[in-house]
Amino acid sequence: MSSRERILGRVRRALADVPRDDTPYEQALERRYLTEHGERSVEQRVDLLAENLADYRAVVHRCPEGELGTVISGLLAERNSASVLVPPGLDEAWLAATEVPRVTDRADSTPHDLDRVTSVVTACAVAIAETGTIVLDGGPDQGRRRITLVPDHHICVVRVPDQVVASVPQALERLDPARPLTWISGPSATSDIELDRVEGVHGPRTLEVILVT
Amino acid sequence: MSGTFVGMPAFPVAAHEAVNNQTLRGNLRHATHTIRAKRAKAVAEVSDWAELREAGKETKDHTLRHLDRYLVQLEESVVAAGGTVHWAADADEANRIVADLVKATGESEVVKVKSMATQEIGLNEALEAEGIHAYETDLAELIVQLGKDRPSHILVPAIHRNRGEIREIFAREMSEWGRPAPEGLTDSPAELAEAARLHLREKFLRAKVGISGANFMVAETGTLVVVESEGNGRMCLTLPETLISVVGIEKIVPTWRDLEVYLQTLPRSSTAERMNPYTSTWTGTTDGDGPQNFHLVLLDNGRTDTLADEVGRQALRCIRCSACLNVCPVYERAGGHAYGSVYPGPIGAILSPQLRGTQSEIDASLPYASSLCGACYEVCPVAIDIPEVLVHLRERIAQGGPVTRDGSKVVLQPAKGHAAERAAMRAARWAFSHPGALRTGQRLASRTRRFHPRTLPGPGKAWSDTRDLPAVPAEPFRDWWQRTHGGKDAK
Repeated sequence: MSSRERILGRVRRALADVPRDDTPYEQALERRYLTEHGERSVEQRVDLLAENLADYRAVVHRCPEGELGTVISGLLAERNSASVLVPPGLDEAWLAATEVPRVTDRADSTPHDLDRVTSVVTACAVAIAETGTIVLDGGPDQGRRRITLVPDHHICVVRVPDQVVASVPQALERLDPARPLTWISGPSATSDIELDRVEGVHGPRTLEVILVT
Repeated sequence: MSGTFVGMPAFPVAAHEAVNNQTLRGNLRHATHTIRAKRAKAVAEVSDWAELREAGKETKDHTLRHLDRYLVQLEESVVAAGGTVHWAADADEANRIVADLVKATGESEVVKVKSMATQEIGLNEALEAEGIHAYETDLAELIVQLGKDRPSHILVPAIHRNRGEIREIFAREMSEWGRPAPEGLTDSPAELAEAARLHLREKFLRAKVGISGANFMVAETGTLVVVESEGNGRMCLTLPETLISVVGIEKIVPTWRDLEVYLQTLPRSSTAERMNPYTSTWTGTTDGDGPQNFHLVLLDNGRTDTLADEVGRQALRCIRCSACLNVCPVYERAGGHAYGSVYPGPIGAILSPQLRGTQSEIDASLPYASSLCGACYEVCPVAIDIPEVLVHLRERIAQGGPVTRDGSKVVLQPAKGHAAERAAMRAARWAFSHPGALRTGQRLASRTRRFHPRTLPGPGKAWSDTRDLPAVPAEPFRDWWQRTHGGKDAK
C-alpha cells in the first residue's frame, strides 16, 4: 500500500464517528465577521493607509501623477543610489527625470547581480488601508519577486484611490491566487532579540511608498 | 544543532531546574509580558474578533471532518499548477523523501525557512546524516542552531537568550559555519541583526535548494502561504531553483477566501501586529519567477491518530500562533525546554502527547504541566479548548483506554504511579453514587475539622508538600441548604 492510500485510509477510519454531511462548504460556514472595520470616506481610507504604513516605519510620500518622475528622482538622489532596478512593464515616465543608471532584471541575472543594485522601483497590485499593507502580484510593472527583495531600498507606487481597499477580505477578492503574491507591511523586521524591533534583517531596510493621485 | 528530545526527564523534573535559573526567568517574564500586552491591543482594534475566531474554528473543524476529500483536492490543485506531491506517513519517510529530493539536485546544502513541521521530524539531523547541511535562516533559529541549543518558543525560538548571550554565540560560532561575525561586535540588537544579515546573505545568494513549511494550504487553488517578518522566508522561497515544502496534513483550508480570516487573526495573535511584514503565497510554479521545481511533502506523523480522538482532535485546529504560550503562568516560569518537545506551552502539552503517544515519561507528564486556569483557551484564535483536552488526556493516562497508534486501535494500560489517584477517584465515584454515605462522611469531616492534619500522610504526602490542603467548612453545603431553605433564610 502506498503512503497516500495509508494516510487517506487512516483519515477515513479516524472519522468513523462523524456523521455524513454533504452541505456545501459555503452554506455550512456562516461568515458573520465584517468585510470592513468602520465606515470611511475614500479620502479617509487613503489617510488610514498612509498612517498605518508610517506606523510600521515605511516612509510615505504623496504627489499628483505629473510630479511622480521628480519625486522618484529626488528619492533616488537622496539615497545616492548607484543603480536602480526597473521591472519590464514600468511606466517610462516614472524614471524619466533621473540620471541613475537602470538595471533590467533579466532571466539569466543571478542573485549576486541583484545584490549589487541599490534601489528598485515598482508599482503594486493592491494596498490595504486597515493593515498598512501593499501587495505585489508579479505583474509587468512589479517584476519578479526577487527584485523587491535583494536590493536594500524599495520605492513602491500606489495609485490612490483605485488601488486602495479597506480590508484584508476586500484585498483577497481582488487578487488572483494563480499568481505569486508578496504582501509587504513595512520594511523587513525582526524582534528576535529581546523583542527589540530591528528593521531590515534580510529584505529591504528602507521601504518608501508614494501615494499618487 | 537542535538535539533530540527523546529521553527527556518528565516535565516536573525539567521544570524544577528551569525555574531556578534566574536569567531564564527574567528573559521569559520580559518577553511574555511584552507580547501579552501588545496582543491585547492589536486584538482590541478589530471589533469582530469573536466572529473571526468562530469562523476560524468552524473552517478548521469542517476541513478536519472532510480531510480526506480536501487532501485529494489539494493534491490535484498542486499537480495542476506544476508541483509534485509526496505523502509521508511518519518522520522517517518524510526525511527520506526530502533527502532523496535534495540528492537528486546534486546539492549538499540547503537554506531553510523556520518550520515547526521540519523540527518535529528532526529533518536537519536526518539531512546531516546524509551529508547535507541545512542552514536555518530565521534569526532566532540561527541563534539556536549556532548555540547548539533547542528552540524554546514557537514564534521566538531564542526567547530564552538575552543580547549578551547572543553576542557571545555569534562571536564564537559564526566562523565555523561561514562568514565570521564582524570584529568588535557589540550586543546591540541592530548590530547583531546586521551580523546575521551578512552571514546569511552569502548563503541565500548561492543556494539552489530551499526547504520550508507552510502556514496554510488552499485546497481549491493549491496555493501555499508562508507568513514571516524578516524576509529570510522570501529569500528561501524565491531564490533557489528547487523548493521543498514539508507540511502537516491539518494545514488545509478549503478556499482562497478563507485566508481572509486567518490573515487577520494569525498576525494579531502571534506577533501582535496588524499584519506581519511579509506574506508569500505561491501556487505550483511560475515560469521565470521563483523555483522551477516545487515539491510538497504531506506529513501525517501522528496527525491521523490525533484525528481519531473525538476530544483531542481539536488540537489539529492549531495555527501555531503561540498566543497560549505567552499567557500561560506555567510556561512563563518553566520556559519551553522543560516541555521536551518542539511544541512547548499549553498547545504542546496537548499536541505532543497525541502526536507521539504517551509511552515516554515526558509525554505522560505533559498533560499535567498546567494549572488549568483557562487563559490559553481565552486567547486561542481558533478556540481550542486546551483545558478540556488536558483533562481528557490526564484521564486517559491515569485510567488507560482505547487510543489509535499508527492507524491501529490499541488499548492503553493505566500508567504506573497513578494508583493512589485511581483509588481516590474510585472512592469518590462510590461516594457520589451513595448519597447517604456521602452525607455521613461530610458531617463527620466537618465535626472533626479541628483534628485534621496540615499535610497528608502516606502516599498523599508528596502532593501536600507543595500545596495547602483545602479547609473543610464547618457545615456541609447540603446541610446548610436544608437549614436555610435553599438559601432563602440565610443572612
